[in-house]
This record gives sequence, C-alpha cells and structure tokens, in this order.
Amino acid sequence: MRVNFTVNGCAQTVDDVWEGESLLYVLRERLGLPGSKNACEQGECGSCTVHLDDVPVCACLVAAGQVEGRRVRTVEGLADRGGERLDPVQEAFVEAGAVQCGFCTPGLVVQAHDLLSRVPDPQDAQIREALAGNLCRCTGYEKILDAVRLAARRKAAAR
Amino acid sequence: MEFLRPASWADALAAKAERPGAVPIQGGTDVMVEINFDVRRPEALLDLNPVKELAEWDVADDGRLRVGAGVPYARLIAELGDRLPGLAQASRTVGSPQIRNRGTIGGNLGAASPAGDGHPPLLAGGAEIEVESARRGVRMIPAAEFFTGVKANALRDDELIRAFWIAPASGPQYFAKVGTRNAMVIAVCSFAVALHPERRRVGTGLGSAAPTPRRATAAEEFASAELDWTGRRPLDPAVARRFGELAAAAASPIDDVRGTARYRRHALAVLARRTLSWAWNDYVAGRRAS
Repeated sequence: MRVNFTVNGCAQTVDDVWEGESLLYVLRERLGLPGSKNACEQGECGSCTVHLDDVPVCACLVAAGQVEGRRVRTVEGLADRGGERLDPVQEAFVEAGAVQCGFCTPGLVVQAHDLLSRVPDPQDAQIREALAGNLCRCTGYEKILDAVRLAARRKAAAR
Repeated sequence: MEFLRPASWADALAAKAERPGAVPIQGGTDVMVEINFDVRRPEALLDLNPVKELAEWDVADDGRLRVGAGVPYARLIAELGDRLPGLAQASRTVGSPQIRNRGTIGGNLGAASPAGDGHPPLLAGGAEIEVESARRGVRMIPAAEFFTGVKANALRDDELIRAFWIAPASGPQYFAKVGTRNAMVIAVCSFAVALHPERRRVGTGLGSAAPTPRRATAAEEFASAELDWTGRRPLDPAVARRFGELAAAAASPIDDVRGTARYRRHALAVLARRTLSWAWNDYVAGRRAS
C-alpha cells in the first residue's frame, strides 16, 4: 500500500508498504532515517521513540498505515536543517557524557526533548518518570539525568 | 493483509460487518507486538485512529461518564483523573509515557488480558461497556460480564467497542499492583477498590490472579456490611484482614513466569487490605479520593 505523511517537515510518499509494517521499519528501511533504533519491537525499550503529531510514541508499535496524513518528527529532525547546530538536549548529552554505546541515545534525546518542552524546569522525579520507558544498559542513567538537568539550565538561560 | 481506514464510526461498523476477521487497532501496543513477533497475521487491520468519536468523552444525561474507547491513558489521567481516581491510578502504572500516549482502555478491553491494568477499576466502579454492530445496534455489557476467558471477551465478530460508561467517583478509590519495578511491568497481581457511600457499597476488582479479571463479591458483601458508613469509625484491623482473605479467596491464580499462585494469593490479600485501609481512611477524614 501507499502511505503519505510528513517526516521532519518534508512530505513523503512511500510505496509498497506491507500492511503489517511498523512506522519504525518505514523510517529506517524505506526512508533512510536510521536514527530511531530498532531493539525490542515491543515498546519496552524506547529506543525508537519519535513524535507523532507532537506526541512521543514508540515507532515500533505504530502501524505504518496509521500515520497516513500525519506528522512525524524523528531524532534527525531535532537539530536545525542540515544539522549545523544541535538541539540543546543533544548538546547536553554530548557534554555530560550521557552517551556510551549510543544505541539508546536517540530515544532518550527525543523523550527528554518532549519533557523539557512541556516541563521547562523538571524535578528529578519528573525526569525519572519521563524516561522510565527508555532503557540504557551502559550508563546507569546518572549521566543521562545530568544531561537533562544541564539542558534544562541551558534552555532557561537562553530564555 | 489488508489495511482498512474507516473515516467514521459508521464506516468502521460497516467494515467490521463485512470483514469479521479484521483486527481493530488503536494504540497498537498489543496488536503490533503480536505482528512484530509473528505470532499473529490477521487478514486485515482495522485502524480506528481516524474515528474521531472514539477519542472523545462526555457526561451522559444520567450523570455517568461516557468515555470513548480510543481515549489514551495519558488523557484519562490528565482529563478524568479527578473524576475517576482509581482508573487514573491504574492508568499511571501502564507501561511507560510512550505507551500511555498510545494505549487505550478500548484496546485493553479488546485484548481482555487477565492482567490488563484498566480492568480492575472498571469492575470496582461498576462500569458498562458499550459495544455496537452495524446489524444489531448497541449492546451494553456490564464489566463483570465482559471478560469470558483468558484473553477472551463477550464481543461478537461484527462488534466494536464504542465506549465505557462509568459513574464519577462518589467516594475514595484506589488501585494497587505488584510488579518487579515501577515502569514497564505486567501485573503479578492487582487490586482495585471503590467506595460507594451513597449506596453503602464497596466495589472491587482483581487482576492477574484468575483466568479473567473479576470482582471479589464475598469481600464486597462483607465489607459493605461491616463498615460504619454513618459513624465513620476507623477501620477495624480484623475487618481489613478478613477483607483481604476474602479477596484472595476470590482469585484462582496460576504459577507462571511472573509469580506463583501461592505468592499471588498472599499479595492479593495484602493489596486488598491496604487499598481498603487507604480508601476508608480517606472516607473517615472526609476526603473524596486521593
């Protein structure tokens, strides 16, 4: 089947999509956007987190046909056009050393980005709750929490 | 496989009547897992996301809430948490933020897992499930009659879940769940309690401890009769303990990867005792709900 939707601001038409295919597969294998990672395929790990009409969801659990006519924003769409300048959340992850193997990072960045857009100055409990569906098996999460706190401070200073 | 995208509720009912084998998909948090893991290959997917009516809720003429089957957990918590505190508590324990943004009570009811977190509060609150077919129209099914077996429900092949109807809380409500961590956990067992002071009744629902979610009716009868609704005297520890025992006795749990039957019975007695204590303490203090 054919699916028409918007990805990171660009209209896309994808053909020959299998009806049982996930949005994640379409992004990675058909549109060449491998930022969203494929790990558990059951919504457990959060590494495929993307925005669907501004709401963060696991792309592995969205059927491709369900995004017809809708807007998707992936981790590739967070930096400004061309990736010249990273999003403050991405910068904070780099600076805080919140990246080890890097596999969980895109999902965590998207989810943290969503948190800070809703709650500019989150308490630690709010950060932990927001990231509860994103698994990292390397860092022990401390550096990730540092990164989210740093990004919140940066964004507050920029206002 | 076919992918059906009805634009309205009437179209959805027509599609389901024409293709009884089509599997409805809402948030995809159950259906897509089965497809991703190749355990299910439905002949068609019936996408209910475009059916706007399902994502709405309103207050019916009789004062009950009519909540569309497609309202995700995140919105239940944000928009109805004050009126349905027990269901909101249960919703907060579902998966993760990403899952709660997509998952729905309609999907929970469709999957009808014995461990579904939404089910115990629906049972405790005396909810009814509104289902509809193009040919026979609307049918209202009490939550207690909706679950018919392990992952089986009372829906007929041509029916879809439209909404659930439930009275806003008239007294304190609580939900508690045992799992190995706070997020991303399928219940080892769960329990919901709702006080209905205007009827002097206690409602209950237990999850993940029987082939279906079910009420603990003997526990309800016992507590409804024993509690001091007028004088609001504190809960007698012996009554709380007996309530827990009766709740556990209502279960018929199994040993599985998440826990043993023996542990489930024990944990259920503890959850029932605690949730009743919390609810009754609120009632004594004049709090409607937490």
